[in-house]
Amino acid sequence: MNKSQFKRNLRDNPYLLAGMIIIGLVLLMIIVGLFWTPYDTTAMNASEKLQGISLRHIMGTDNMGRDVFSRVMYGSRITLLIAIGTVFIGAGLGTIIGAVTGYFGGMLDEVVMRVVDALFAFPSILLALVIVSVFGTGWIQLLISLGIAFMPSFARIVRGEVLRCKNMDYVENARLQGVSNLRMIFVHILPNIKGVLASSILIGFNNAVLAEAGLSYLGVGSQPPYASLGKMLSDAQQYMFTTPSYVLCPGIVIVLMVLGFAFLGEGISRWK
Amino acid sequence: MKYAMKKLLMMLGTLLVVSLCVFLAFSVIPGDPALRKLGTEASPELVEQMRQEMGLNDPLIVRYGRWFIAFLGGDFGISYNYSTPVKEMIANKIPITLTMAIMAFLMTVLISFPLGIITAKHENGILDRTILVINQVIMAVPPFFSGILITFVFGLILRLFTPGGFVSYTQNFGKFIRYLFFPSLAIALPKIAMTVKMLRGSLIDEASKDYARTAYSRGNNTNGVLYRHVLKNALIPVITFLGMALADMVAGSIVIEQVFSIPGISRILLTSIGNRDYPVVEAIIMGIAIIVMVVNFLVDIIYRIVDPRIGLEDE
Amino acid sequence: MIKRRPGRRLGTALLMIVLTTLTIALSGCSSDKTGDDSSTLTVGIPQDIDSLDPHYATGAGTKEVLFNVFEGLVKPDKDGNLNPAVASEYTVSDDHTVYTFTLRDGIKFHDGSAVTVEDIKYSIDRNRGADGSEPLISAFSKITDVNIVDDKHVEIVLAEADSDFIAQLTVAIIPANNQTPETTPIGTGPYKYVSSSPQENVIMTRFDDYWGQKAYIKDVTFKVEANADAIVMDLNGGSIDMFPRLTSNQVAQLSEEFQVYEGTMNLVQALYINNAEKPFDDVRVRQALCYAIDRQEIMDYVSDGDGTAIGSAMFPSYAKYFLPELNDTYTKDIDKAKELLAEAGYPDGFEFTITVPSNYTQHVDTAQVLSEELKAIGVTAKIQEVEWNTWLSDVYSDRKYQSTVIGVDASTLSASSLLARYVSDAGRNFVNFNSADYDAAYKSAVETSDDAAKTEFYKECERILSKEAASVYIQDLPEYVALNKKYTGYEFYPLYVQDISLIKPVE
Repeated sequence: MNKSQFKRNLRDNPYLLAGMIIIGLVLLMIIVGLFWTPYDTTAMNASEKLQGISLRHIMGTDNMGRDVFSRVMYGSRITLLIAIGTVFIGAGLGTIIGAVTGYFGGMLDEVVMRVVDALFAFPSILLALVIVSVFGTGWIQLLISLGIAFMPSFARIVRGEVLRCKNMDYVENARLQGVSNLRMIFVHILPNIKGVLASSILIGFNNAVLAEAGLSYLGVGSQPPYASLGKMLSDAQQYMFTTPSYVLCPGIVIVLMVLGFAFLGEGISRWK
Repeated sequence: MKYAMKKLLMMLGTLLVVSLCVFLAFSVIPGDPALRKLGTEASPELVEQMRQEMGLNDPLIVRYGRWFIAFLGGDFGISYNYSTPVKEMIANKIPITLTMAIMAFLMTVLISFPLGIITAKHENGILDRTILVINQVIMAVPPFFSGILITFVFGLILRLFTPGGFVSYTQNFGKFIRYLFFPSLAIALPKIAMTVKMLRGSLIDEASKDYARTAYSRGNNTNGVLYRHVLKNALIPVITFLGMALADMVAGSIVIEQVFSIPGISRILLTSIGNRDYPVVEAIIMGIAIIVMVVNFLVDIIYRIVDPRIGLEDE
Repeated sequence: MIKRRPGRRLGTALLMIVLTTLTIALSGCSSDKTGDDSSTLTVGIPQDIDSLDPHYATGAGTKEVLFNVFEGLVKPDKDGNLNPAVASEYTVSDDHTVYTFTLRDGIKFHDGSAVTVEDIKYSIDRNRGADGSEPLISAFSKITDVNIVDDKHVEIVLAEADSDFIAQLTVAIIPANNQTPETTPIGTGPYKYVSSSPQENVIMTRFDDYWGQKAYIKDVTFKVEANADAIVMDLNGGSIDMFPRLTSNQVAQLSEEFQVYEGTMNLVQALYINNAEKPFDDVRVRQALCYAIDRQEIMDYVSDGDGTAIGSAMFPSYAKYFLPELNDTYTKDIDKAKELLAEAGYPDGFEFTITVPSNYTQHVDTAQVLSEELKAIGVTAKIQEVEWNTWLSDVYSDRKYQSTVIGVDASTLSASSLLARYVSDAGRNFVNFNSADYDAAYKSAVETSDDAAKTEFYKECERILSKEAASVYIQDLPEYVALNKKYTGYEFYPLYVQDISLIKPVE
């Protein structure tokens, strides 16, 4: 594809463009944050508590007088890592389990799906508590428990799709040609459900960011003074009426991050 | 009939796994119900005596066995924290969460189906684009944040409800439903957005398939094609999703119950995990597991009705 | 791909159904406020009560609610005095071993039955474990006998002299014939229990046969406000009329309708250090931490500068025992702190963990400020938030921790309730403090019957805690109570108590 074609495609695809710009900005902020932040992310300042937006502090300060923008730069990194990790574990395991059980069916399907049901009924908070007490507190532990908690929904969706596909003509044809089962699943069936899978992954990404906020709220996520965006947002809630900038800034960054990926996904699916 | 029996046995197996997992989980996480009950002033001897009385010093398998036998006999035990029978406690709270879930589910279906169909039909039209963008934004807002915004706008500014003014269904059913309207909306919003997106995608996908095109080219009017075949097939993934959404609404309304101060099942579950109140946690998780499985079972049945090909293969 | 036009009618119809549903649901949604009638009061409480049985109620948040339902032989008042309650008077033998109580004439339980001396004996016996079980209150283990002298008098005999014992007798008197005290609470207080619903509320109504000054407000609902972030909205929205223990920031967001009462929480907030853990087994390390922190700075961050600095395990409300000069034992001195660390063998500082319960914002915030302050002496404090029950068992009970930030409150109006835990072998000594001098001073305090000498011994205990830097004592946190201006009369107690009977509607 030549350059002008690419440009034309991009122009016809506002989602992709918007997604790329938003994610580009977020990534830029995260990458810059690796090397430089305007202020020390944990440095407190009693004389500058809960300030609104100003030139000195472009996102204001929090209840400890810390610079919200610097903290957002740091927090975005943690949030992004947690969300990516969660979806990676959840979608990875879920797809394999869903595809295999859906394809082979029978007893294996029944047993595995019952276990998946069991996991689905198991509250993610309890799961997170178990993982935290075995492996300690921190965002990696949070990522693992969220990944496991997300697995069942991916498994169910993929299984449903595989059930739908496996009776279709092209699969029958392939089967007649003697294609092996594994090849059938991963080469013939999965690519056909990539649309549904992609949208579930993006929804999963969104949910991971939001679930992280919920669990951080219960004290099993990132530990202070280093906060993820979700943790910042839940900490900031109580200052909603006095310092709205403290709530809105991390909130908007979360929304932008999720929105950016969602647009990107939408854009990719429309790519001609 | 045989099929149903098989399913039923499988469900019982799942319940067994779930209940054992909960017991195992509680033996792993720190926290002692006896200590929790007696507090910081108690002497270690007193805590020990209480542990003995509560049977907490018995091996895990003994405790599990005791609980399991009682559970089979319909005895869910007594809450450590509230000293009341768990059954009674849950029975009083279930209507709250269930009402909220059903209201949210109805809103989801009633709002998202028309929107999904309209957007699919007008693919890439102004309406479609607008709804799609609104959808994405709704999905990107954390639930507790949208809950707070709803409270702020509808509660404090428009005064359509009193924040925190929950009225129990035993006192005044009308006020109870009225209070639950906005929390249900908060639960439904992200589900609506997702369903619209899914239904739209699925419809467009299905309509581009050969059979739909063929039907169309044969001169069938689009109305007929759409509703007879396309919609039916497009609904399959959506039904899976809605099934999970319903189960999720029952099991996962914790954030909304928290934000709107609703004393429902999720909040009891959360506080009981915090209090290490096993009998309550066990019973609620079993309840959720049963709901999840029944919903999945129903989804399976609906699958078979909507798409007979699955049934033929499986039976 | 799907062409326009068809199906529009169905879509429109569905949309209409949705809109109609919304309209029906919303119509009639008016802002009908509860609690407009000032003969009722709704009080928000931060967590559900942990037991309705007063002898098993442990949380401070539970005791402050049950204070309105139950009374002991004596009862504290807002000035910190112990007044006769179920007993109309009492005498103490000269050797401080026999306490004799006279039952108040005509006093009744909420179920209408008269209080008898048997009920008193039953209540005391239940707490001391007279049937051979462990005592519910450890101080009650020194009771040898509870004797019914006649149908008006009961005497409590102690194994050893204790002139402070009366402070323990605030324990609730409950009817001996109540088989289910944990679900049907019956007491003698100004309010009687009506009903409760887990995670929802506890409802009480005025007890019209109360022996003393009757309450003003008829119906009181304690409503569980589990979501700390919704409290301001609920107050401003009108679903609760009163909330104790707001933060300074929440107070700033209240509407004009509220009167805010300021007091203190009556607890000892400190960075509690596990004295048995390296490197904190070295007194110089503990002292270095004390020199490194700035209490005023912590208060500035945590509660906008409000709060009262403390230098030992005593809060200012216990004025008789409080020693303000101990606040100056350690004033911020970074060089001194570094010197002490170097002497102790940590010239480059060290790393440790502060384990803090995540449900207490003030303590988490304090830990964050501490962590930042300690950087100046090269000490890295990592913060670990845990859930309350994990904290209870790991930190408090099993003592598997390095340090924690928490507030310790007093259960009775006696200095011993704060100081007893530092005795080397005390079951509640979660900081593992170990000092022979302290043990001796505390023992003398308990045994002495002369009040002045006793107070002096308690003060000596406080000095030792300060000198030995048993922990890094920080502050007594400020307490803000919001009460709707339709009511008045709120009073602070030196204990964790919400006395609703004093609150009255404004005429």
